[in-house]
Amino acid sequence: MNEEIIIAGFGGQGVLSMGMTLAYSGMVEGKEVVWMPSYGPEMRGGTANCTVIVSDNKVSSPIINDYDAAIILNQPSMDKFESAVKPGGVLLYEANNIINPPTRTDISVFEIPANMEAVNLQNKKTMNMIMLGSYLGVKPIIPIDSILKALTQVLPERHHHLIPLNEKALRRGMELSKLPTEKEEA
Amino acid sequence: MSDPILEGVQCELLNEMNTVWEKTDSLMDTPMHYCPGCGHSVVHRLIMEVVDELDIRGKTVGVAPVGCSVFAYNYLNVDMQQAAHGRATAVATGIKRVLPDRIVFTYQGDGDLAAIGTGETIHTINRGENIVIIFINNGIYGMTGGQMAPTTLVGGKTSTSVFGRDTSTHGYPLRIAEMIAPLPGAYYVTRQAVISAKHVRKTKKALTIAFKNQIEGKGGVSFVEVISNCPSGWKMTPLQSNKWLEDEIFSFYELGDIKVPAKIKKPEITSTEQ
Amino acid sequence: MSEKKLMKGNEALAEASMRAGMKGYFGYPITPQSELLEYLSVHFERRGGAFVQAESEIAAINMVYGAAGAGERVMTSTSSPGYSLMQEGISYIACAELPCLLVNVVRGGPGLGTIQPSQGDYFQAVKGGGHGDYKVIVLAPNSVQEMADFVYDGFDLADKYRNPVLILSDGALGQMMEAVTFPDYNPEDHLVDKSAWATRGNEQGIRNFITSLHIQTERMEEINIGLQQKYEEIQMKEVRYETVKADDAELLVVAFGLSSRVVHKAVDLAREEGMKVGLLRPITLFPFPKTELSYFADRVNNMLVVEMNAGQMVEDVRLAVNGKIPVEFYGRMGGIIPTPGEILEKIRGLYQLHNSEEVANV
Repeated sequence: MNEEIIIAGFGGQGVLSMGMTLAYSGMVEGKEVVWMPSYGPEMRGGTANCTVIVSDNKVSSPIINDYDAAIILNQPSMDKFESAVKPGGVLLYEANNIINPPTRTDISVFEIPANMEAVNLQNKKTMNMIMLGSYLGVKPIIPIDSILKALTQVLPERHHHLIPLNEKALRRGMELSKLPTEKEEA
Repeated sequence: MSDPILEGVQCELLNEMNTVWEKTDSLMDTPMHYCPGCGHSVVHRLIMEVVDELDIRGKTVGVAPVGCSVFAYNYLNVDMQQAAHGRATAVATGIKRVLPDRIVFTYQGDGDLAAIGTGETIHTINRGENIVIIFINNGIYGMTGGQMAPTTLVGGKTSTSVFGRDTSTHGYPLRIAEMIAPLPGAYYVTRQAVISAKHVRKTKKALTIAFKNQIEGKGGVSFVEVISNCPSGWKMTPLQSNKWLEDEIFSFYELGDIKVPAKIKKPEITSTEQ
Repeated sequence: MSEKKLMKGNEALAEASMRAGMKGYFGYPITPQSELLEYLSVHFERRGGAFVQAESEIAAINMVYGAAGAGERVMTSTSSPGYSLMQEGISYIACAELPCLLVNVVRGGPGLGTIQPSQGDYFQAVKGGGHGDYKVIVLAPNSVQEMADFVYDGFDLADKYRNPVLILSDGALGQMMEAVTFPDYNPEDHLVDKSAWATRGNEQGIRNFITSLHIQTERMEEINIGLQQKYEEIQMKEVRYETVKADDAELLVVAFGLSSRVVHKAVDLAREEGMKVGLLRPITLFPFPKTELSYFADRVNNMLVVEMNAGQMVEDVRLAVNGKIPVEFYGRMGGIIPTPGEILEKIRGLYQLHNSEEVANV
């Protein structure tokens, strides 16, 4: 297994921490992992992205040409990364934040209403965990138990009471990506 | 010379009873390279006397700057580091932070401490490093041949201000001691001179206080400025230069304590009298 | 050996420095290095270290001079513009032969440049960098694990040769996270007797002084000769490099640091296409693996050097190869990392060019 993922959106949407959670849980699973962020002024309100690689083998390059999966949380990132998904790859995007949905037909596309679901969970900050859950619903590369274990490491102790809520968000996300999308119905 | 008669006379003269002054142990038995009349050698001696009297030679580390006193380690028989121009207090910070029980001092001129090293001077004092800074102010760059220093008085003629220091282009002389005294990290700030026995005694007393402050860990920099002369740079005889100090310099750089523990004695400089 | 931790390169380096027996750290904030400073500000004083956030990189390197001269293991870290500011101090440290560890988390230049990863400081790192004839031992990690590991090696080499050692990293290695483990390392086992030169007070009766000033030219030349002999010894004994699939290679790609990771992937891709391509990665940039490159120059058809700059290490590769074979260059600048695809494209071009030339020669 060698999974290369790009996660991209606005700073503040939890892009970097979503990637970190995924990388951490990969390590918990005994995989080789890399988490490579965009950094600098971009982080402060601009676009932010990170590459996560989870692999059975030692990872050579942290810089990659194209991705097995993309999790896209805003339009500028969609414009930048839609073309960077490998043919046959997966693209998940957050419904509220995208005006122009992807047009590629050689990849599997999932529209996830994560913002709305986060509002339903009464904590908008769970949006990133819903997206992560959706991704794991499509590509179950890591069991949810390892993700939860990673959260205890990634989150500072004062936020550990939020882990049950995050678990709820992850599971809701998994359900969402298993539902057939409009496109597939058509 | 092996004249038996002369040798006998010398023995007579070198009788302990006739001793008026003895080189202190920590001062090396080496002729100094300083110009006749220069104040450096006197201050060197005073520092080493204080070090010996306080019995701290074994744990003292000095930092010599770039300037005339760059060779201070040839005369001061304590562990020494030679620092890059202006960086003596940063070097001293490094030493003191990893060896907090050692006694650390810097010995810097005005070009070093008040021009190229101003940033280090202010920030070292502002951090309240528990060190002694000895600041030799002679109002000129002596080593490089008598150029204008930040401390050169208005009208002062140097090789880079041959028509006299003109405030419209050269700015004003800096009174560093008064500048740093208000900083909470400055524990003790004083300005002294070494032109007469009286002045020398006062300078030695100030140095003793400064080193004691450090030994007792008073918390903060002890800053001893010594107004010195530079007969070569000033193009004067040693005597003329001493008179010049009394007539012209001390009215601008007033002698005396500027800050004694937690109290600034003279917040404003108004008088021209010592 | 500690358990695996997911850490940023900068944090792993900071953690390793404390485990390696560092006693003093002096630094100044600059992106993309600041995590190092931040991590140490949280943990170092608690563990008994001296941490100073200096007023400038100039002050920081001179604090290093003082504390290294006092005989303790000390370090500073910065990024490119800050490393430029430190050059005068590093020259003094090299001449006074003080052991210390320097870290440059390189960003794109020149000038204020960008804050993205670059290798544009190669020349400055390996050719001395400041005034006068001196060298700094340069270690170039290419993973978070090596960001940690090279700290121990760096301190040991610095003490062994009384010479500054530089870890030449870059913004990406500093910011990215990978799993890292910390080896069992007891600093007590690595203590070196510094009493012959360190200024710690002369209680033991030996009076030491540290200087880089030797006003007599003959004496200064002696000092220089001594330094050059030391550098020769380092060149003889301390070269480190790594090869990947180089044994049967017809084209050898040479890259260091982060770019060597990207090249590794490109080499794998090229092999999948049946091209005999290998990688040589210098780990020490000074001392440079000259002999090893010369060895490969007799065995491969040509070489390609890949760097994140306008072509700096390529000059040293060409010196080592000494005209025996063509040495080509591919680089990106300003904070851009080349992709494996770009490098593969370059490899294909060179590989085909050489093979078609051979056909033409027949």
